[in-house]
Amino acid sequence: MVRLIAILVGLGFVGVAAWSLLWGAIAYVSEPHEETAEHRFHLYPKKVSFASDGPLGHFDRQQLQRGFQVYKEVCAACHGLNLVAFRNLADLGYTEAEVKAIAAQWQIEVPSINEQTGEPATRKAIPADKFPNPYANEVAARAANNNAMPPDLSLITKARHDGPAYTYSLLTGYRDAATYRNEKGEALPAENRPGQGLYFNPYFPNLNLAMPPPITADGQVTYADGTPATRDQMAKDVSAFLTWTAEPFLENRNRTGWAVLVFLLIATVLSYMSYRNIWAGYKH
Amino acid sequence: MSFPWAKQYEPKHPLMQWFDQRLPLPRLVFNSVGPGYVVPRNLNYFWNFAVLAGFMLVEQIVTGIILAMHYAPAGDIAFQSVEHIMRDVNQGWMMRYLHANGASFFFIVTYIHIFRGLYYGSYKAPRELVWMLGVVILLLMMATAFMGYVLPWGQMSFWGAKVITGLFGAIPLVGEPIQTWLLGGFAPDNAALNRFFSLHFVLPFVIAGVVILHIWALHIPGSSNPTGVDIKTPQDTVPFHPFYTAKDGFGLFLFLIFFCAVTFFLPNYLGHADNYIPANPLATPAHIVPEWYFWPFYAILRAFTVDFILSAKLWGVLAMFAAILLLFFLPWIDRSPVRSGNYRPRFKQFFWILVLDVLVLGYVGGKPAEEPYVMISQLATIYYFAHFLIILPIVSKFEKTLPLPNSIAESVLHGEKKESAPYGIQAGGNAQAVPAE
Repeated sequence: MVRLIAILVGLGFVGVAAWSLLWGAIAYVSEPHEETAEHRFHLYPKKVSFASDGPLGHFDRQQLQRGFQVYKEVCAACHGLNLVAFRNLADLGYTEAEVKAIAAQWQIEVPSINEQTGEPATRKAIPADKFPNPYANEVAARAANNNAMPPDLSLITKARHDGPAYTYSLLTGYRDAATYRNEKGEALPAENRPGQGLYFNPYFPNLNLAMPPPITADGQVTYADGTPATRDQMAKDVSAFLTWTAEPFLENRNRTGWAVLVFLLIATVLSYMSYRNIWAGYKH
Repeated sequence: MSFPWAKQYEPKHPLMQWFDQRLPLPRLVFNSVGPGYVVPRNLNYFWNFAVLAGFMLVEQIVTGIILAMHYAPAGDIAFQSVEHIMRDVNQGWMMRYLHANGASFFFIVTYIHIFRGLYYGSYKAPRELVWMLGVVILLLMMATAFMGYVLPWGQMSFWGAKVITGLFGAIPLVGEPIQTWLLGGFAPDNAALNRFFSLHFVLPFVIAGVVILHIWALHIPGSSNPTGVDIKTPQDTVPFHPFYTAKDGFGLFLFLIFFCAVTFFLPNYLGHADNYIPANPLATPAHIVPEWYFWPFYAILRAFTVDFILSAKLWGVLAMFAAILLLFFLPWIDRSPVRSGNYRPRFKQFFWILVLDVLVLGYVGGKPAEEPYVMISQLATIYYFAHFLIILPIVSKFEKTLPLPNSIAESVLHGEKKESAPYGIQAGGNAQAVPAE
C-alpha cells in the first residue's frame, strides 16, 4: 500500500517536473539564445599576487603604509572605513605618537557636541575613534556623487569575489568605451556605452560605474619610502591595505592554523597507532 | 536490549558502588559508549561519521554560546556586532570562523552519514525509528542553519530570509498572512532577526535531545554493519570501548585536519562574498543563493517553472519539502529483506546514480536560474523523485540479491579481504567495492 502510494506520488512529481522540462526545452530551442553585453564584455579580475595570499600569507608593512597613504590622499574623500579605528594603524608599524598625529590631522572631524551648549559640533579624532564617515548620511553622500553611494571600504576585499585582485583590476581597468575592443575584437554596443556621470570599466559587473577613475597619473601620491608611485603600484598598494582592513587578524589566523595543524597531525598519528594497537590480532 | 555476553558494570571502588546505587550515571555511560555496548566487529570507516556529527553538534553549541555573548540581534547593529567579534573580541575571529565553517562541516559529515544509512539499508527493520529520528534531526539542523545564516545580517542573510519565508507565501489563501506572521512584519526586520536568534539558540538543544533519542533507539537493536546481517554470536562483536573509541578517535583527528585547514586557511571559501555587505532592503543581489548545503533542495525548488493546476511556485515548495519528508517513509518503500547494498547489485547501481544526481542538484542549485542549469535541475529532480518513489519500490520487489554470509564473524574470517565480496562469491567478481578495511 505504501509502495503504491509512493509510486503514485512519485509519478506526480516526475510528471510535473517533466512538464516544466518540456516547456523549458521548447523555449530553449525555439527562442534565440543571445548573450548579454555583460556576458561578452565583463572581465574577471587580473591575476595579481599579494604577500597576504595563501596559508603562508603575511602583510608587507611597508606596502600597507603606502596603501594607507593612497587611501588617505585619494579614496578617503568619498569612501569611509567605519569598521577600522585609528588605533588599529599601530598594526601597520606606526608608533603611538604617529597614530595620534594621524588621528588628530585627519581631514574629517568626528561628530561631537559642544561642551557648553550641547549643540552638535565636531572635534579632532583620537586613536580610539573609528575612521569618521566622509558624509553625514546617505542622502548627503548621494547628493555629492551624482546619486551614487560610495561604499564603505572596510570589508570591500571580502565583499567581492577575488577581493584584492578585483579592487586592483577595477582601479587599473578604466578604458575608453569608444575605442575599447574585447578579446574577440568586438566594439561596445551603443546602448552599453556609459551614460552621463558613468565610466566604462570591464571589471565592473555591469560595465559602467559611477566612480570616476581615482588613480589617474603616475606620481599622484609621493611615497614616503621612495617607492616610485606608478599607477599600477598605487592600485596594488591600496588593494593590499584593503586586504588588511577586511582581515586585520590574517597573520594571526595563518600562524594559529599551522600550530593547530601540527598538533592535529601528531594527534592523528598517535591515535592511529593506538587504534592499530588495540585492534592488533582482531580480524575485521 | 543488550546482548547477554556484554560486559556488566561492576564498580570496584566503594565510592563508585555508593554512587551507582543512588544514581547509576556511570552505569549508563558504561552501557552506552563503554565496554557494555557491543558492536559488530566489521564496521568500516563510514561508521565514523555518526561520532563526527555528534562532535560537530557539540562544537557548534560551544562556539555558538561564546558568539552569543558578543552578538547583538538588532537590525541596525547586528552586522557591526559580528565585525566587533571579528576585530575586537579576543580570538573572536576564530570562534566565528569555526562556527561558520563548522555548520558546513556538520552538514558534510551528516550527509555522508545519511548516504551510509541509505547504502547499507540502516533504515530497515528494526531500526525504522532510528532513521525517522535522524530525519527529524536533519530537518531541525536545516531550520537552525537557515536561521543562523540570517544573523550576520548581510545581504544574503536578508534576501535569503526573504526568499525562504516567501515560500510560505505560495500557500493558497493563507500564505501571505502566514509569511507576515512568521516574520513579524512585511519584510525581514528587527522582529524577524530577534526571533531567529532566539530559535537559533534553542534549537541546537532540541537537536541534542533528539540525538539522545536517536542513540537510544539505535541501542535497542544495536548497530548495523556492512553485511547487514544480524549479530548472532559473541564472535560477531567487540565492545565499543576500547575498540571503537580508538577508531573514532583516529577518525575524529583525521576529520579535524580537513575542518581546520579550511577554517584557518580558506575561511570564506564556503561562504558568499555578498554577506560581507550589510543588509539593504532596497538593493537586491544579482543572484540570491542559500548556503551550499541547501543547494540540492534549492535546485528542486526552482525546477518547477510551469503552472500545472497548482502554481509553479507551490509545486516547487511542495517538491522541496517532499524531497526530505519522503525519507520518513523509506523503511516501507524499500521492502527488500536484504539490508546491505553490497548484496543488492541493482540497488547498488541506482544508489550511485542517486549520489551523482544529488551532486548535480547541488551544482545547479548554486548557479543562477538560467538555461541550461534549469533543464539540468529538472532532469536531476525527476531522477531524485523517481529513485525514491518509483525505482526503489520496484527494485526491492524484483531484484535478485546475492547470497548473504551466515554471520558477521564468517564474513570477516572466511579469508576474503573485503566485506563487499560476499561469502561464496569469488573476490574480484565484484568491481564496485566500497572502501573497507
